[in-house]
Amino acid sequence: MKLDLRLPIGLMFAIFGALLTVYGLVSDRAIYARSLGVNVNLWWGLVLVAFGLVMLGFGIRARRKRGPLARDQRPPVVS
Amino acid sequence: MPAPQQIHLGAIDYTILIVYFAFVLGIGWALRRFVKSSEDFFLSGRSIPAWIAGLAFLSANLGAQEVIGMGASGAKYGIMTSHFYWVGAIPAMVFVGIFMMPFYYGSRARSVPEYLKLRFDEKTRGFNAITFAVMTVFSSGISMYALAKLLELVLGWNFHTSVVLSAVIVLAYIFLGGLTSAIYNEVLQFFLIVMGFLPLVLLGLKDMGGWAGLTAKLETVATNAGYAAGAWSDSWHHLNAASANPMGVEWFGMVMGLGFVLSFGYWCTDFLVVQRAMAADSMAAARRTPLLAAIPKMLFPALVILPGMIAIALHVTRGGLLPIGSDGTPNYNLAVPVMLAHYLPSGLLGLGLTALMASFMSGMAGNVTAFNTVWTYDIYQSYVRPGQSDGHYLRMGHAATVFGILLSVAAAYATTRFNNIMDMLQLVFAFVNAPLFATFLLGMFWRRTTGHGAFFGLLIGTAAAALHHGLVLPHGAAPGLKGGFLGAVLHTYPSEMAQNFWTAIFAWSACFVGTIVISLLTARNKSDDDLRGLVYALTPRQTDHDLPWYKRPATLAFIVLGLTLVLNVIFW
Repeated sequence: MKLDLRLPIGLMFAIFGALLTVYGLVSDRAIYARSLGVNVNLWWGLVLVAFGLVMLGFGIRARRKRGPLARDQRPPVVS
Repeated sequence: MPAPQQIHLGAIDYTILIVYFAFVLGIGWALRRFVKSSEDFFLSGRSIPAWIAGLAFLSANLGAQEVIGMGASGAKYGIMTSHFYWVGAIPAMVFVGIFMMPFYYGSRARSVPEYLKLRFDEKTRGFNAITFAVMTVFSSGISMYALAKLLELVLGWNFHTSVVLSAVIVLAYIFLGGLTSAIYNEVLQFFLIVMGFLPLVLLGLKDMGGWAGLTAKLETVATNAGYAAGAWSDSWHHLNAASANPMGVEWFGMVMGLGFVLSFGYWCTDFLVVQRAMAADSMAAARRTPLLAAIPKMLFPALVILPGMIAIALHVTRGGLLPIGSDGTPNYNLAVPVMLAHYLPSGLLGLGLTALMASFMSGMAGNVTAFNTVWTYDIYQSYVRPGQSDGHYLRMGHAATVFGILLSVAAAYATTRFNNIMDMLQLVFAFVNAPLFATFLLGMFWRRTTGHGAFFGLLIGTAAAALHHGLVLPHGAAPGLKGGFLGAVLHTYPSEMAQNFWTAIFAWSACFVGTIVISLLTARNKSDDDLRGLVYALTPRQTDHDLPWYKRPATLAFIVLGLTLVLNVIFW
């Protein structure tokens, strides 16, 4: 794979999640009347952070395993 | 149309939108160094892993008509809309993965029209390439128009700004990274659409009192409209007669028209989706691509149809959620945006709108990448300037991306001025596409099919579609674009949907019979040797014994079909 897509996906959702979580903490409770009184920004923000971190985790683990260079850029291994 | 109450976005919503745009462009930028040959640009160098190709396969189709249209149909027809998935898309995706991908991928054709040239002849390819290229430009233009119109209506954004902004972003990321960039962004968009719409569905269901509560409210919707109580919440129960359900279709038209002809025609022959599987990194991955896509696809009704069903339940039982159009019926197309505004507070609203924009842009990008490939390989390289260097075609690919987008913008503006021209073009494309699946089926499974048979069979099928459409009308429509333009109206269908399904059935049958007859009357233009790898009987069977069970296409196909059957039974 040219670019491990899990990294940008993970990063983007972690950022979205963090933004929503913080906004959920500081925002006026009145705006949650339409979401049935649930602070959806806070809760969904946490879900997104978790999803983002899982994606990032897998991406980083795979990167460690095969080294910083993508597989197709490494010299061929003679076995 | 009267505007609904406009939504005001806060700083947090704009921040989310901007972060998304930054990632989309960033991915294009990061991928630009991998584009060295035309194959890299148009086919991602055939290096995409199956799961990414699969999600892109799904996402390329998640354009405007999917998210807005399925939501609208969910409101208008209820859960029967899920037949587009559980009868239509899923079996077709299994078929393309198991039976067709070996020819598409194995023949090393770079596009669907190129397969037609290898299998049949130049004229069949030319016909398909040109109609497809025109169609993609207009689809992408319509997508752009719909997005800009929606943003104008819901957010009060300037129409021109929206058109230019979406065009520039899509252009930038495709220009930089080619198909890989489009595919990667489609996967990003897939997750965004899931994550952006899921809270809406969860809140809506909570508000309705769960599925049981929603069903109860939909019974009111159904009885108010004069149907049996379950017409909006049972998918098969009311298909015995066309008059018993809001779609106005009976089971045969549904299964044959939508399921067999239209869905198989779309998923098996439309280069827009097939291109994603062709970019896969191996034959096994290419065959898994549609099967892996089918798994999330079968759950998508919950994400795109359910909001529409909740919207109509709210509209009818709590009054006046959807704006009423000039003809007195609710404006179903606004079901999804209205729901976003109804349930999501600032913050999640930004995420939901970003998901909506992502779906429009992935639809547009899908069309543009398919267009630049067909233009460069099947039109430019074949008819305009053959025999140039690869670098020349790579430059042409970049240029085609630019003028593909410019043409889309032109198409978007044409739509604002001449609504009818657009409807007419879509009708013509429907005529051309409906018979295409018969050509592929015969071409892939009957080696005796000749080039003349395929080409004239297609023309006969197209003519049959036009003839049928010209002689019938949907209930309550005036002769014209809706049908009956040939003077006499021989039959009146209960709905436009039923008319479309039957047009497809007639076109397919005419093409099927016409191709067989002409093939038998003409000499074969390809020997068995020419057809190796292109026709089922002359292609070695794929053996998957070396793959673990969960990677074998046949196993996946059984799982997918089994789960689809279960879904059909649950919501029967």
